[in-house]
Amino acid sequence: MTPKRKQRLMVVLFIVVGVSVAVGLTLFALNQNINLFYSPTQIAAGEAPLSTRIRAGGMVVDGSVQRDPDSLFVSFDITDYDKTVTVEYRGILPDLFREGQGIVAQGAMNERGVLEAVEVLAKHDENYMPPEVAEALAKAGKMPMPEGQEFNK
Amino acid sequence: MIIPELGEYALILALCFAILLASVPLIGASRGNTLWMDFARPLSKGMFLFTLFSFLCLSWAFLDNDFSVVYVANNSNTALPWYFRLSAVWGGHEGSLLLWVLILAGWTLAVAIKSRNLPQDIIARVLAVMGWVSIGFYLFILLTSSPFERYLPGYPQQGADLNPLLQDFGLIVHPPMLYMGYVGFAVAFAFAIAALLSGRLDAAWARWSRPWTSVAWAFLTLGIALGSWWAYYELGWGGWWFWDPVENASLMPWLVGTALVHSLAVTEKRGVFKSWTVLLAIFAFSLSLLGTFLVRSGVLTSVHAFASDPDRGLFILIMLAVVIGGSLVLYALRAGQMRSESSFGLLSRESLLLVNNVLLVVSCAMVLLGTIYPLIVDALGMGKLSVGPPYFNALFVPLMSIMLVFMGAGVVSRWKQTSLTMLGQQLWLPGLVAILLGAVCTWLYAGELKPWVTLGIVLAWWVVLAGLRDLYNRLRHRREKLAGLLKQSRSYYGMVLAHLGVAVLVVGVALVSIYSEQRDLRMQPGDTLTFRDYTFVFDGNKHVEGPNYSSDQGQIRVLYRGKPYTEMRPEKRLYTARGSVMTEAAIDPGFTRDLYVALGEPRENGAWAVRIQYKPYVRWLWLGGLLMTLGGLLAASDPRYRKRMSSAAA
Repeated sequence: MTPKRKQRLMVVLFIVVGVSVAVGLTLFALNQNINLFYSPTQIAAGEAPLSTRIRAGGMVVDGSVQRDPDSLFVSFDITDYDKTVTVEYRGILPDLFREGQGIVAQGAMNERGVLEAVEVLAKHDENYMPPEVAEALAKAGKMPMPEGQEFNK
Repeated sequence: MIIPELGEYALILALCFAILLASVPLIGASRGNTLWMDFARPLSKGMFLFTLFSFLCLSWAFLDNDFSVVYVANNSNTALPWYFRLSAVWGGHEGSLLLWVLILAGWTLAVAIKSRNLPQDIIARVLAVMGWVSIGFYLFILLTSSPFERYLPGYPQQGADLNPLLQDFGLIVHPPMLYMGYVGFAVAFAFAIAALLSGRLDAAWARWSRPWTSVAWAFLTLGIALGSWWAYYELGWGGWWFWDPVENASLMPWLVGTALVHSLAVTEKRGVFKSWTVLLAIFAFSLSLLGTFLVRSGVLTSVHAFASDPDRGLFILIMLAVVIGGSLVLYALRAGQMRSESSFGLLSRESLLLVNNVLLVVSCAMVLLGTIYPLIVDALGMGKLSVGPPYFNALFVPLMSIMLVFMGAGVVSRWKQTSLTMLGQQLWLPGLVAILLGAVCTWLYAGELKPWVTLGIVLAWWVVLAGLRDLYNRLRHRREKLAGLLKQSRSYYGMVLAHLGVAVLVVGVALVSIYSEQRDLRMQPGDTLTFRDYTFVFDGNKHVEGPNYSSDQGQIRVLYRGKPYTEMRPEKRLYTARGSVMTEAAIDPGFTRDLYVALGEPRENGAWAVRIQYKPYVRWLWLGGLLMTLGGLLAASDPRYRKRMSSAAA
């Protein structure tokens, strides 16, 4: 091999190794950080793994929100109008969190069958329903008619 | 009133102009017909005027509270102050698209006016390509999302009000700046396509394209920085970057755009990387379109997702396919004709800039993967999932760190061939000083050396010191140092400013990511919290009435080391028209730290959930963005871009 070819081979090898390392790391990082979405029905059927970061979504059940008077602890139920799941959370809830509103909670299931949330999301448009929640409700055949229909042309 | 109808009609006329603009000059250019090519400029002006008229019609409908227009009724209210009514024009899907085409027409007009010194056939082709892009967007608006539709026969007496989140200074400035950037890449794209069509890809082409690309890049930088700042004080509860799909949608064109700015420099100076540069120009614009698709089609869960409509998503997807497919076919046909005008060694400024490009494009690919992976998995029916911020951080931070290392080396390297010895000679001192200063600064700030923070500060110093070394090289042989400073070109100073911005940004990111402190707690009147030398005293709540909202205002006194320092007034607002609740955080901004207080929800006995945060060096994030913006604009204003080209080329 001429020195020039050798140099080129080195460059090509360098690129190949670099790319494979990058792809490997990317896939590894991706695998570590995906959060699967589960509906209350799926969770009730035991499909959700324990102690793994997941997302769950549904409508907040009327009258289910209980706040601890001395701390920021709160618990509530979410439903897809078929099954319900209890969510526990310690922290500040988003502005649009209220009973009857669609939310997505991120956290892990514990042995009691309760979702211990580290994050609760409610989107910043009161007519907006997270697509996952909408689909979960549609699957359960319980899609409520949106009240503010005139806005959602 | 028929003003909305006039607006719609003007938009149709603008479409007609766009169709003419897309065809006549192009045919003229291919046949060498001067008269036909000359149509490009007046047609661009006509297109702009009618689009502007249409935009003004919609603005009038907002100012006039014309609730018979569906879009106005959904996004405005008589109680809304006039400036928010005006910015509400781009507060929803339809109006923001109208702003988009207005800016597109504005860029087209700017190219038509500012490029008198370009060969006639080039300018005809560039404007024609802009015409093609415009046709796509005019059709999109007219067919799927007209803002001028009416409620007939009956219409509401009162509007539904603008989303309270958008009733803010941020909405007035963030979308226009961001769109200026997005759409600005259409100009770079048009230059690239025009060059492919004409088969004349040379250093002159790069010189014409460069200032436009720099300006577009500068606006995109500013738009992203403003978006981050807005999110920080309005909805982020103190966060400044969330790896939200929509943020990613703006970051991707920025990353490729940054690569393009650098690659154009190489093409102009050395006549190499031509096909690569063209490819980057195509991808920068395609990613802007992809961003639009992601944001507007409703496929994503995001703050920016407006009420979705499958037709719209499909339309943008088709447009995306046409743009990417068409330009790549053209590229495949023509790329073979491109020849490098010079060669370069394995270690040279060219190769170091290539490394910069590769790293930027890889980062972009990684962000793209993380953003669309959930969509692909969902489309394949394999379940719903989301990709968390740790994925992005784990990959983006190391990649950018490597890039910063190369940034210092690239600045002092020479074109064509740089020896390793020379680089070593130049850089050992800046490197050593950067490590020392970085470690000392981190130690002085934190009293400890956490690896990522230290690395960030060292790299920031490295970028700055390598830049100083380069400046020293430039002045070394001049007798009059001060005159030498003035002799340096504006594009040089633009580069310096932008790189300085990166260093400032890196310092901000490193410190605010690691040393932010946050306390969520329940506070009763009289409760106090002390941390980081500050004491926060909660004195209860006061009721306040605003123009279109009523508010609970927290009264918080802040003491600094026991002495009264300031008072903070975070609010919880109830916007009456929609009945929606909004948090208005109170921020005490500072050069080296922000104090950030936000109210959560009321609890019993006048107590509130309160979030109190200490954000070190958070302003540096946006300061860095601002410096980069100024750098881009300064570089674009370099007089050498305005030198008259020899008319023989035409």
